[in-house]
Parts: sequence; C-alpha cells; structure tokens
Amino acid sequence: MQKLGDFKLPQFFNYPPYFTLQPVRDTREKQVQLWKELILDYCRTQKIFVIGLEEEFPLFSNHLIERSLSNEAREAFLSVLVSEGRAEWLDRGHRKCLILWHRIQDWADILLHFVRDNGFEDSVMTVEEIRTGVESRGTELHGIDRTILMRALKLLEHKGKLAIFKGTSADDEGVKFSV
Amino acid sequence: MSTATTSFFEPASVTSSGRPVLHQAEVECHLLSPVDLETEPTTTATTTINSLDFPALKSGLGILTTHRLLWLPSNATTDSSSPISIPLSSVTHIFSPKKSIKSMFHSPRIRFQVSMHSRSVVVTLVIRGKGDIDGFLTKFWDCWRGRAWEIGNDSGGGSSSGSVPVSGSVSGGGLYSSDGSVRLVGVSGILRKEQEMWESTDKSLQEAFHDLNALMRKAKEMVILAEKMRQKLLSGSSSQSSSGNDEEMGSKEEMQDWLLSVGIVSPVTKESAGAMYHQQLSRQLADFVRIPLEKAGGMINLIDIYCLFNRARGTELISPEDLLQACSLWEKFDVPVMLRKFDSGVKVIQNKSHSDEEVFARIKNLVSKPEALRSGITASDAAMTLGIAPAMAKEHLLSAESKGLLCRDISPDGFRFFINLFPEINSDDIHIELFSHFTQSAIKCQSNLDRPGFKVALRRDDRKRAIQKSLLGLFCNGWNFQPDSDTDPDPGLSSLTLFCVRWNDTDKASSSSAIHYTSTL
Repeated sequence: MQKLGDFKLPQFFNYPPYFTLQPVRDTREKQVQLWKELILDYCRTQKIFVIGLEEEFPLFSNHLIERSLSNEAREAFLSVLVSEGRAEWLDRGHRKCLILWHRIQDWADILLHFVRDNGFEDSVMTVEEIRTGVESRGTELHGIDRTILMRALKLLEHKGKLAIFKGTSADDEGVKFSV
Repeated sequence: MSTATTSFFEPASVTSSGRPVLHQAEVECHLLSPVDLETEPTTTATTTINSLDFPALKSGLGILTTHRLLWLPSNATTDSSSPISIPLSSVTHIFSPKKSIKSMFHSPRIRFQVSMHSRSVVVTLVIRGKGDIDGFLTKFWDCWRGRAWEIGNDSGGGSSSGSVPVSGSVSGGGLYSSDGSVRLVGVSGILRKEQEMWESTDKSLQEAFHDLNALMRKAKEMVILAEKMRQKLLSGSSSQSSSGNDEEMGSKEEMQDWLLSVGIVSPVTKESAGAMYHQQLSRQLADFVRIPLEKAGGMINLIDIYCLFNRARGTELISPEDLLQACSLWEKFDVPVMLRKFDSGVKVIQNKSHSDEEVFARIKNLVSKPEALRSGITASDAAMTLGIAPAMAKEHLLSAESKGLLCRDISPDGFRFFINLFPEINSDDIHIELFSHFTQSAIKCQSNLDRPGFKVALRRDDRKRAIQKSLLGLFCNGWNFQPDSDTDPDPGLSSLTLFCVRWNDTDKASSSSAIHYTSTL
C-alpha cells in the first residue's frame, strides 16, 4: 500500500489516466468524483486548509508512475469543490483555495460543542485562544485556519450565540459566548 | 419487358454503382441525359417486327464510347428497363440532321441505322434535356469512323506476338482534341491562345491535329508496352520462384501491383460528362474504392483515396473539391460505400457494412494485454495491431474513448490510452472489497520466484463478477493480472494464475512482495 506520510493512498492512485483530465463526460465525472473525495480526505487527515495551485502539493503528483496533475486539472477539480461549497477561492486569480472539509455550518456546530463541553457558555476568549489555546488541544479546532474560524464565529454572531469585539491588541479579537 | 429489350439490342452490364462496364481499351466520349431511344423498322427490312422487340426506352442516360452507344435507365432501382448497348460496328449509316421549321419545335433528334442479327432498323436518339447536341453528333461521327474496336482487336492479338500495329489510315482517332472546347484558364488558357494562333492558318491547324493523333496512338502503344511488361514479370516470377529470393519477389509483386493500379481506362471527365460530371465521377469513384478499401480493412483516409484515384486516372486529374463533391453525392445513390467525418474533422471513406464494434473489440483486446494494462497503448501500437495508418488508428482510439472504452494519459512520455477503469473503481474502498472476496475464498499462494506469478484458489461459489472485481482491485493497486486462459474467468473456475508485474518495476523483488501482499490478505 502506497503511503503519503501517514496517509494511505487509494488503489487508483497508480492508474496513470487518473492524472490526466479526461475529456469524455462520463469518465470525467467519475474522475472528478474520485479526486474530490481524495482531496477532502487528505486535507482532513493532514489538517490542510489552503491549497496553493502554484505550490508543490504532494497529492497532485505521483513519483512512482511519474505523473502529476496539470494546472488546468488542478483548477478544474478545485472548482468543482468550490461549486459544491466544499472550497472557496481566496483570490480572484484562483491561485489559492480554501478547503472546507467541514462546511462553515459544521465548523460552527463543532465550536458550540467545544464551548458546551468546556463550560465556556458565558466566558470570554480570544480568537487566538480558540485556535492555539490549551483548551482546544486535541480537538478539531486546534490549529484551525483563521479565515474559517472567523467565518464560523460570524455565523454564530449572526444567530446571537456570541459577540465579537476588538481586543486590546490590534491583531486579536475577543469573543463573548452567550449560548 | 427487359427480356424483350434484349431481343434486338445487346444487354449492357453495369457496376453496382450504376457505371457501365467498359471493354478493354474502350473510352467514354460523351454523355447526354435524359435521352429516349426510339426504334422504327426500315421498310426494306424484314416485314414482321414485333413491337415488343423495341420497347420504348424513355429518359435514360446516353453514353457514347469509342466502341458502343449505351443507354442506361436513369434510376436503376425503379426503372423496369435494363441497360442496353449498340455496338458502333453495327451502325451502318448516320443520317444528317434535317433542318426544318418543324425540327425547331421538336426535341433534337439524331437518327442512325443499325443492322444486327440480319435485321436493320433506324434508331432515333431523342435528346430531351439541354445538351451539346452538335458536340455529341461530332463525337458520334468521330467514334464511328474511328473504328476503335478494330484497333483494339488488332492490338490485343499483337501484344502476344510482340508486334505493335499502328493503323495509319485512321483519321478520327483523336477523342479529346477535335472539338477544341477548352474552357479553362492557366495552362489550358495558354493552350487556347496557341490554338487561336493555329486557327489563323487552316493548314497548320490540320498538322497540329495530326500530331495529336499521333500522340494518341503512341499512348496506346505505351499501354500495350505496360501490359507486356506485366506479362513478362508474371511469367518471370513463376519460372524463377524457386531460385529468386524473397525480397526480389516482393519488389516484383509491388511492381505488378503498380502496373495493375495504373489504369482507369476511361476516366470520367468534365468534357465527356458535362453536367453529369460529378454524378458520373461519384459512381466511378464508388467502383474504384472497393479494392483499396478492402486492402485497408474497410476504412481509408480521403487523402489516400485522392492520391490513388488521381494516379489511376493518369492525366485526367481531379481537384480535391471534385472528389469531396463526388463523395458527398454517394448519399443519393445506392452504393456500398460512404463518406464519414470524425469528430476531429478527419474525413474517411468506409464500407457501409463496416462496423465500429468490431474495431472496438480488437482495441479492447489490445488494451487488455498485460503490457498495455501497465503502460497503455499509443496510436502507433494500435496502428500496427489493426494494420491501418496511425492517423486512422488514433481516430479509432478517440472514438473508443468517447464511447467510454478507453481513457487517456498525457505525460512527458506522450499521448497514451488505457482501458477505462474509472467506472469500475469503487471510491469507498476497493481494498476492503478485495479483502472480503479473497478471504471468503480459500487462498493458496504458490510462490514461484522464477516466474513472477502466484496461484489463487477460489471456491466454486465465487461469482464471476466478484473475481473480476478482485482482480481489478489488484490491478489498481499496481499489479497486473492475467488469468489462466485468455478468456474471462468462468463462474465455476477453481483456480487462477496471476502474473504480477508492478507498474514501473518488474524485478524479482517486486514479485516476492506480490506474494507477501496477498498472503497478508
């Protein structure tokens, strides 16, 4: 079984046509489906939030069979993820892609669970504390991408579950939970 | 009706595409359509002429050749009349056209007397459509007086004896030159200017035509010479077959092929066919392509046919435009060939009976071979297997791809095709599926490191599908497999031998790891 770090690669990863964008519709649909699942799976296990198209991404090339995805193919697969709400382009030029292996709504739910589990219902935390603090260690929130976290927090703020305010330092913000 | 028609006139044979079958050295000179052929018995001839002997031959195609006058029904499928021919040798007199006021309102007619089977009739050719009647009449006279049938018979006998007779007394041998109706620019335009110069002096004009006639006769000699060479080669190869080496034989056969393929004796030309040029060209092409098409396996590139066809026509070349038009006219005729356009824009000629399924089956066979499973196939691989041109093979591969049979792999190595496994890939996890199938079966691995392969024993209740899926799982993980026989594993199969080759490495180390891999299952 071929591995990428501690990630088990699927069987078809050694199938050379998997790395060429297929022009025939049915074949392409299946190929896109396989790539979508693989990208989400890989990002979830490896805690990868952003894929840069111009940067080296281990999943997009297979040294064993000497194949790698073209930029066109990379953009095509990521675009499908974007259209299904499982990713977002971070820039207009489609060079950086934010991968949402949990949707924003799901991240918000995870956040609420975290708050309830730790008894933070009426507490105040900074955004950085949530991302890197001792409390979040061992949970999915640990090391979460700031952009995604802010989006989840804004969603909850909109629902009245918390309030975001400017913190003392310019680069951090505070969160007042009121679950 | 048709039997009655043949009672006086000779029947004419036509090809499947409706072109007349010409005799040796017979050349078409003029075509007219539509024409009627009316017959009236002469008063001096036999008194009892059954009207059934001369049925009305209405609105057909009139073809004048150097040897015969042919009448073909315009639509062979619906018309009950069958094609007939009148040998020019049996024409005893051609009447001069009557100039009268009455004739101005009539369709133009050409009357001539024919005597065959000790009977004599006057035949009237009624030209219903617009056509070059004067031109036709001139040609008619030329051909009749040319007595080409006599020359043909003489030279046929002469080729075996070795002497080439040239009858010097013939005045009307020139077929394409005497009417001077050149309507082209370029080289032809220069020729026309030349001709205008000739016309200034009647005498030099006569001389010029004399030269052309001599040239025509020389051309005939050349044909006879070519025929003789072919005969010599044929006899030579049979006598030396024991001593001559294969290469020599090969080149001789090739030479024979060339000589054989040189001749379309009577190419359809704009001059002879006039308005029916494309229609007749189309029919002639349909007859011509049959042999090359057979050799090429039922499909041939349009460009190849263009070259072959023009080479066979010799000097009467056609333009690509004409060829395309001739091909596109096939839809309207009942011919066994058709023009096909691939998605990529490549145009080919193929038999109507040609089926893609057969080609696909062969391609599938090719890509299922162990080597092809591992590294795919290229267009030239397919070309070699299918025995066709690489460009054509690529078209087949692309259409097989669009059918979902193949998928592509573009890499620095080039453009390759693989068998399409995408529909078979179970995205959940093949590994688990493979695992369950193989553990349900009693697995016995027989290691044989000399031959990278191992035997898997499967219980009888294993379904064919399950076996295939298991094999596929192995394949997707980088192993190739080959069942015991070339056929699919059958449901009652008790064991399979798998030859395992890992993608990009085929050494013994990998085969030992192959065995290790399955035994962990």
